[in-house]
Amino acid sequence: MELFVFVVAGAMVLGGAVGVIVRSHPVHAALSLILTLFGVAVLFVAQEAHFLAAVQVIVYAGAIVVLFLFVIMLLGVDNAEDLRIEPFKVQRPVAVVVGAGLLAMIGMAIIVSRKATVPVVTQSQAVQDAALEPHDSNIKALARDVFSDHVLAFELTSVLLVIAVVATVMLARKPRPGELTPLEPKVGAQ
Amino acid sequence: MIAAVATPTTTWYLLLSAVLFTIGVVGVMVRRNPLVLFMCIELMLNAVNLSFVALARRLGDIGGQSMVFFVMVVAAAEVVVGLGLVVAILRRKPHATTDDMAELKG
Repeated sequence: MELFVFVVAGAMVLGGAVGVIVRSHPVHAALSLILTLFGVAVLFVAQEAHFLAAVQVIVYAGAIVVLFLFVIMLLGVDNAEDLRIEPFKVQRPVAVVVGAGLLAMIGMAIIVSRKATVPVVTQSQAVQDAALEPHDSNIKALARDVFSDHVLAFELTSVLLVIAVVATVMLARKPRPGELTPLEPKVGAQ
Repeated sequence: MIAAVATPTTTWYLLLSAVLFTIGVVGVMVRRNPLVLFMCIELMLNAVNLSFVALARRLGDIGGQSMVFFVMVVAAAEVVVGLGLVVAILRRKPHATTDDMAELKG
């Protein structure tokens, strides 16, 4: 059963990821990204990270991809990019070679270190724990960790979000006449 | 016997996340649309999140899941600022690709 979930969700993840980089239309790429994000959410559920799966669907598939689609529609850049245009002839072969090398390197590291001497929570033990604990144990454990050990980092993320919102409003607002903005020189202002 | 063979281990999840990360890296190297580049960065962040969750379960440590939580917050902030920049640049130069943004000069 778990194998079936892994294979189906893994196919979703990889199919969506390949779709993101080969579809020439940005909207299609964004929809492929949704497929990948849902696949990752399924894999989170398969690994007992229920809260993160919910956040993955709501924040990533819900908010971030909608933001992507909104920007694509707003800017009217939803015309297909001609993928045959190739400014640097060697770029794609080099990218494939670098990607294969990176994959081989990470894969070797994973394969070599898979027998690492760490206390392994075996499958049956994890299932037993899950059966003994109440169904919201994942959320409780995560909340205990975030709000005790990482409470300073949690507070700093709120500062980060406020900074991001203010910066985006400054970047994207329409300049008043005669006002100099970072990205538009004064002569260009209406 | 079959059940023992058919249970995906942490190594499987880590290999899947390595493949996903590599696809993201290749995408950043070959695509020229700035919006698609952001999507490829999201792919890489998701690959890292997947390996965090796999190792959190393997080690029985919830800390990996809290790290994923923070990665998601930072990814949201990054996307917001990045898309703000893309909107500002594309409003000024419609149909710009990353090749047209090779200089920092506006």
